[in-house]
Amino acid sequence: MGFMDFFKSSWGVHPDDHKRPAADIKTRRIPVPPRVYIPLSQHVGAAARPRVVVGQKVLKGECIAEAQGNISAPIHASTSGTVVAIGEITAPHPSGLPFMAITIESDGEDRWIDLTPIADPFGLSPADLARKVAEAGVVGLGGATFPSAVKLALGLRSKITQLIINGSECEPYLSCDDRLMRDAPSRIIEGIELMMHATGAQEALVGIEDNKPEAIAAMQEAAAGRGKIRICPVPARYPMGSDRQLIVELTGKEVPSDARAADVGVIVHNVGTAYATRQAVYEGRPLVSRLLTLNGGAMGEPGNYEVPIGTLVSDLIAFAGGYKGTAARLIMGGPMMGNVIPHAHVPVVKGTAGILAFNAAEVAEEDARNCIRCGSCVRACPMGLLPLEIVNNIRADKLDGAEQLGLGDCISCGCCSYVCPSHIPLVQYFTHAKGQLWAQERGKLRTEATKKLATKRTERLEREAREKAEAAAKRKAEKAAAAAAAAAKKATSGA
Amino acid sequence: MSPLSMAGSATPAAAPHVPSKASVSRTMFLVQASLVPATLYGFWLYGWPAIFLFLLTVGSCVFWEALCIRLAGRLTKPQLTDGSAILTGWLLAMTLPPWAPWWVAVVGGLLAIVFGKQVFGGLGQNPFNPAMVARVALLVSFPVPLTLWVMPLPISSADAPGFHQSLLITLGALPIPDAVTSASLLGYAKTELSRGLDLAHAMGATHAPAVSYIGERAGSLGETGSLLIAGGGLVLFFLGVITWEIPLAMLLGLAIPALIGHSVNPARFLDAGSHLLSGGAMLGAFFIATDYVTSPSTSKGKLIFGFGCGFITYVIRTWGGYPEGVAFAVLLMNTLTPVIDRVTKPRILGRDKQGRPLQLKD
Ligand code: SF4
Ligand code: SF4
Repeated sequence: MGFMDFFKSSWGVHPDDHKRPAADIKTRRIPVPPRVYIPLSQHVGAAARPRVVVGQKVLKGECIAEAQGNISAPIHASTSGTVVAIGEITAPHPSGLPFMAITIESDGEDRWIDLTPIADPFGLSPADLARKVAEAGVVGLGGATFPSAVKLALGLRSKITQLIINGSECEPYLSCDDRLMRDAPSRIIEGIELMMHATGAQEALVGIEDNKPEAIAAMQEAAAGRGKIRICPVPARYPMGSDRQLIVELTGKEVPSDARAADVGVIVHNVGTAYATRQAVYEGRPLVSRLLTLNGGAMGEPGNYEVPIGTLVSDLIAFAGGYKGTAARLIMGGPMMGNVIPHAHVPVVKGTAGILAFNAAEVAEEDARNCIRCGSCVRACPMGLLPLEIVNNIRADKLDGAEQLGLGDCISCGCCSYVCPSHIPLVQYFTHAKGQLWAQERGKLRTEATKKLATKRTERLEREAREKAEAAAKRKAEKAAAAAAAAAKKATSGA
Repeated sequence: MSPLSMAGSATPAAAPHVPSKASVSRTMFLVQASLVPATLYGFWLYGWPAIFLFLLTVGSCVFWEALCIRLAGRLTKPQLTDGSAILTGWLLAMTLPPWAPWWVAVVGGLLAIVFGKQVFGGLGQNPFNPAMVARVALLVSFPVPLTLWVMPLPISSADAPGFHQSLLITLGALPIPDAVTSASLLGYAKTELSRGLDLAHAMGATHAPAVSYIGERAGSLGETGSLLIAGGGLVLFFLGVITWEIPLAMLLGLAIPALIGHSVNPARFLDAGSHLLSGGAMLGAFFIATDYVTSPSTSKGKLIFGFGCGFITYVIRTWGGYPEGVAFAVLLMNTLTPVIDRVTKPRILGRDKQGRPLQLKD
């Protein structure tokens, strides 16, 4: 770090990355477990709807649940075997709440369904290409799990000029993207080309943190001669992999807080997603497995593993040498934003980039103390927020004040909590308060909706009453007219 | 083993799951460590009375802190081990005349901890820098002992008071011999100016205190060790404990008007070098104005705050009734901290200065 760097404002934090040695170990493939538990909701959006029944035989790659609605993704069998249950299991989430899943008992053959690769994908229209990706159930593999095809199709609505491929992998401990870029750089590049075709982007920028020199070199080699794909090393700094931050770093564009990246002509996809896209198109393979990192002080054999979706974490860890000593905490995802999982009987899902088993020393926690206003959180926040002021408002039950200070812009990256010398769980406050705000918002919407319904009803009743009255008046008038006419007739005839 | 046992824990631990090195105690420790060279040097220059005064001041702060926390029924241990009371005492001791009597230390500790900090609710809640509250209250209430400076008598020299003699000095049982007392540079300059003498002559007189880079001059521990203080401050900066904004802005706030004034009328205005190396300028810039609790938390806010501290110091030194103004300047700027913080809110990514979402270009 040069001397002048001290004078630059610099968001973010630099935790010890702990990526090696796990990142340098060759990728291993885990054998098919006896049973896989495949949740129906592994993506942002509506859960998939099962299209198999208990007892049905399925092949690997067969669609077992289809997308429902505009934002959703289908789910495929990750091995061949028999559907033995469709019901609730523990979700891979700290709440430990049950979750709908399809359980498949493996027949041990791991036999693929007939695949339909596409030889010349560039002959397809962008929409057809996106459809192919959608059918393969590809979602954002960086952890966001947003259905990829929906994002690809944005190119049809907004003008996309740049595709950003996120290979920064800024979370400590995780190295699956690093590994993938070292192992399969040319496939990733092929995936990127497909994504460019689908979105209409003229150039692709691949952001890779400079703590991964091997990956940068491999990708540069694979991208050589394809001028439209540029490999861009970025400084290693958490949360560089966050969309808005990476976009600023690579393009200098700032996405307005109420807009999407696509509105400034940019779309961000993860390297793993590019790879999955390539597999879906050129091989016709749906997303049934993923690369993930096992790491942490209590992990027997840290490293990267190719794992069928739906494998229980306990099966996975048992294959990978079990625990080393006692695991004090299990985390799904990275240590900065990942979730604690209550136990290892939860399945690996599409968004699982890693499983960390931490020993007691790694999770040592200290009690929160008073804020000493040191400003560390202000300097660390990548969004330019004042975490200490926001938390003061939340503590005083002033949600409005917190919202005015930009609570809604918080990306829950955890930088503020990480640097706080008083160990105040700032991001926990923010997540909680955001939940409250959403609940309030929903409540407001609901009362508004009810009000609207009520006014409509009164209006209708009034209208009906009015119409009734008018009809009655009309009838009366007609009767009167008829009576008058009859009387007149009588009068004339009597004359 | 299986981590199934964790299933019972009610609230799952929240991210982030990696601890950082940062802690309040570590911060306080680093600040104290970087004060050590200047402090030891001051001990050597001013001998046993300075050591006694230092120990008494720190001890008094810790005592009052413990008492307050005890009375408030709060936990004693984690609050005391954060080291903030020690630091307050330390900083206060660095600003006192090194041969001041014992009660200055005891009263100073009371003022700093009880009235400067605990009445507001303890660490993090106080609007004013506790050490400066004590410094100013002492100066205003007891101007004589608080302005009685002595020439350095290095502990190894023949004239230095021995252990016993020193104890008597600190206990106030032995008056400080006239021969060793001396005005500080700023005090001397002020007196001479008020006598209508011009500085060019006054500072040239043989008995005039001179800026001495190695600290051979009358002053507090924090004044004579100015360069060591600045060195300690730089260490803190490189360790990331403090940021550059406040020290730089404060020194500039002091130096710029001094440069202008001195070049316009050297007979009336002291030069920038004397200003920077005298009184509490260095200690103030690196260790006092940078106090987290009482300074703004934004980068721009710190620049404004620091510059204000430096400038007000210059104004008080030059036109005010007191020869030194760092403590007053810091307290004055402390009152502005909330306002500065409000007007220097950083821009949120994706929003303009007013907090409205950025406009799309086309
Ligand atoms: S969690 Fe929110 S407030 Fe904290 S650093 Fe990240 S964006 Fe800023
Ligand atoms: S990092 Fe913690 S102690 Fe420092 S200002 Fe932020 S909340 Fe306060």
